[in-house]
Amino acid sequence: MSYPERHILETLIYLPMLAAVVLVFLPGANRALIRAVGIVTGALLLVGSIYTFAAFDYGAGSATFQLLRTYPWLEQLGIDFRLGVDGIAVPMVLLTGIVSFAATIIAANRDEDPKSYYVLLFLLIAGVYGTFVSLDLFFLFFFYELAIVPMYMLIGIWGSSTTFKDFVRTKEYGALKLVLMIVAASVLVWIAIIVIYVEDGSRTFNIIALAASAQDGGFSEGFQRAVFPLVMIGFGLLAGMWPFHTWSPDGHVAAPTSVSMLHAGVLMKLGAFGIIRVGMTILPSGMEDWALALFILGTINVIYGSISALAQHDLKYIIGYSSVSHMGYVLMGIATMETLGVTGATLQMFSHGIMTALFFVIAGAIYERAHTRDTLILNGLASRMGWTTAFFLIAGLTSLGLPGFSGFIAELLVFIGAFRTEPILGALGVLGAAITAVYILRLVARMFFGQRDRKWDDMPDLGFKEIVASGVLVIPIIFVGVYPAPLLDVIRPGVAAVLAGLGG
Amino acid sequence: MNVDFTLLIPEFILAGVGLLVLLVDMVLPTRWEHRRNAVTATTAAVGLAAVFAVALVTQTDTRTFLYDRLLYVDRYSLLFKALFTGIGFAVVLMSVDYVGRKMSHPGEYYALVVFAVLGADLMASSGELLTAFISIELLSFSLYVLVALARGDRRSAEASTKYILLGAISSAVMLYGISLLYGAIGATAFSAMTPHLGAIMPLTVILGLVMFVAGLAFKLSIAPFHLWAPDVYEGSPTPITALIAVLSKAAAFALLLRFLAEAAPNAVGEWQLPLAILAALTMTVGTLTALAQTNIKRLLAYSSIAQVGFVLVGVVALSEAAANAVLLHLVGYAFTNMAAFMVVIAVEARTGKEEVADYAGLASRNPFLAMVMTASLFSLAGLPIFAGFITKFYLFTAASDAGLLWLAAIAIVNSVISLYYYLRVVREMYIGEPGESGRVPVPLLGMTVLWLLFAGTVAVGVYPGPLVDAVDAATDVLTPFI
Repeated sequence: MSYPERHILETLIYLPMLAAVVLVFLPGANRALIRAVGIVTGALLLVGSIYTFAAFDYGAGSATFQLLRTYPWLEQLGIDFRLGVDGIAVPMVLLTGIVSFAATIIAANRDEDPKSYYVLLFLLIAGVYGTFVSLDLFFLFFFYELAIVPMYMLIGIWGSSTTFKDFVRTKEYGALKLVLMIVAASVLVWIAIIVIYVEDGSRTFNIIALAASAQDGGFSEGFQRAVFPLVMIGFGLLAGMWPFHTWSPDGHVAAPTSVSMLHAGVLMKLGAFGIIRVGMTILPSGMEDWALALFILGTINVIYGSISALAQHDLKYIIGYSSVSHMGYVLMGIATMETLGVTGATLQMFSHGIMTALFFVIAGAIYERAHTRDTLILNGLASRMGWTTAFFLIAGLTSLGLPGFSGFIAELLVFIGAFRTEPILGALGVLGAAITAVYILRLVARMFFGQRDRKWDDMPDLGFKEIVASGVLVIPIIFVGVYPAPLLDVIRPGVAAVLAGLGG
Repeated sequence: MNVDFTLLIPEFILAGVGLLVLLVDMVLPTRWEHRRNAVTATTAAVGLAAVFAVALVTQTDTRTFLYDRLLYVDRYSLLFKALFTGIGFAVVLMSVDYVGRKMSHPGEYYALVVFAVLGADLMASSGELLTAFISIELLSFSLYVLVALARGDRRSAEASTKYILLGAISSAVMLYGISLLYGAIGATAFSAMTPHLGAIMPLTVILGLVMFVAGLAFKLSIAPFHLWAPDVYEGSPTPITALIAVLSKAAAFALLLRFLAEAAPNAVGEWQLPLAILAALTMTVGTLTALAQTNIKRLLAYSSIAQVGFVLVGVVALSEAAANAVLLHLVGYAFTNMAAFMVVIAVEARTGKEEVADYAGLASRNPFLAMVMTASLFSLAGLPIFAGFITKFYLFTAASDAGLLWLAAIAIVNSVISLYYYLRVVREMYIGEPGESGRVPVPLLGMTVLWLLFAGTVAVGVYPGPLVDAVDAATDVLTPFI
């Protein structure tokens, strides 16, 4: 490995941490400087993520973990700082780079205390990268928790409250609910990790070694059946799995735009990623036993999320529930335990991450200008807000799975996988896609192309920063939509390698 | 008997420094009256720093006994000596501003802090019950007086009375337990007791053991012996609250761990389950009661009760890994908790208040204080990148490895519930509207202490390797027994 290849993964973790430390010592009053540091770091992260993607050898070798690095950390307990990526982690790293860059641009629009905001944002980003590239259960959990904690303050301080007819959902409520629910679920993950460590008995948290041990029958079927639900619910909650999804819409709505972007875009993927990395890899027969349950829950996610989105008229709640619905496809895809299905799930994580970030950019922009997110009031924005309309349309069409956009291929693969394994549930999933089409098209028709309301005539269109951020997000959506091969070539062998553990 | 007195240099220095502080206080010329606080504090701080250095330098692999196994000088006691003098040093620095504002007798105050450290130091070195008892009393008596030193404060007087009365009862119980043990076994040295403490013990021995451990449980505020703690924490001068929360707990754990590992390892089947239940009870009571607290010192008191429950998990597991985890957690907890108390001191100095509601808007009045407090609370809750995450992870992993998975699971659940009340404080600091405006200034010395403690909390959290190596070497002393 060349020098940059050897150090790229740790750089992706250290760089945002370093930026956070540097920002702490910068004068808070110099906002231009702080924003510059924030955006430049975001850009460097994107470059680093693209480099990781490029350095990943997606020939025959992509089946195994690459860019491996190991630093001894705590010998007595068998913890190493062990990094590496496979075909499932690499797209996630790329996704994190893209969404982080867009989020750092959008974050520059905020006026109140940008310094603390960026510090917390970068800690969160470091946690996300760390989770995706860690090959040691301890560090996976370490970074997983690190990604959650800053959320509380980011939402609690900079978020917004929502007033309903007869009650108010405060930002504090959203922040507390989100953090407590996710941390409570992480209890299950923590217990699962300790139980796996003790059961294995070779005093290691090394995921590769534990997976090998699973292959050799190191974990009995009964053990796996008992432990897998801990992993499935613990990580599944962060993936928005029904009935543990309730934190997600409230949290997303209360969060400021750039945090919603990272949260719905990247953080929810940590949950699904955790199920694959810990559940599927280390507990394969437990996964087989519980696949049907996961399948059913995923299908409920799809249907329940899309029906809820249909009932909402707050723009951010619609997007929040649409995330719940789309994460259902990811869970369904994982539950197929079949190459096409899991590949589709991984691609869906990538596609949904970018699409939902784009949604939140637009929703945030509209809210900043109109000070309302009520889609019953917002009408006919297309006439004056060309960019806004165009970007929202792209996100919407991706969401409902139109060919030519990344969502189509992802959902198609999930459906094929689903029909091969559980045709009835697969059919219900397609029904969910149909409902998605209804609420997205209704939303676009009413909000952008409905009757023009003079009240909104003096609303300015997207600013330069918002256009750049949206552009960064639109490019991969369309690129993957028309030419998915580079991404699929990376994902498929990675998935096949994980599934080989299941089959054999 | 040939005694190598050089081994006792740390103790001699500590006793000497304590007396020196008193002497300096006495002979200080009147024209230096305004410097009395600074001079006595400096004397104590320099002395403690010197012992800290000696303890670090003399980390030898030899295991030496003094006075026929009355005292041990080994890695284990030396590590604790370094920890205790470090704590004492930090508490002295934390106190300077506080004592200057509130107390008329700085000399006695600093001397007693030094004596308390000496008591703790001897507790970690004791290899025999009566020596242990006398060391405990030295620590306790110093604390009784220190708690009462905030004269004119009714809460301080109440706290002190309560502490002395309950403390005296617990000492009596402990002493009676020791006498029963001696009566039945005819020995008080840990090593001589080992053959007599096993699966089958006469009732006298069991009773003696229970009473001795109950006495220690009082010092540790293990439920149901914890009821004194919140009142005493609230009423004491805040630096002394920190001293009680950190120093006396760590010292009692050092003693308990050595006693159980060396004297009673064969009886592990007898005491493990009862103590494990006490651990579960302690952490649950601490966590659930903390939920209802509105005073920051009471909140930290109940949180420290919960932390004691967590450490006890490691003690009852009685394995080498668990012993490592106990020591590691005590060190991380010392940094974390003292940082939190330093913030309380700084806020109190400016506003005179110590309710959680008074922390509203602290982030805008002094961002650094709010950041350190948040880091400490997150560390106590066991979140990365702070000490609490790795130390708890180590603790619970080691306990599960030793077959106490159920206890670790209870601990993990408690640890998450505790996040709720820590977040309440964080919420006040960052989201609450400040009741009064104006910066909360912190003197330079206070800032230095805050930075050191904060750096320690983060350093243990992200790079625990060297500390774990030191701890590992220290617990090697116990390994032959467990």
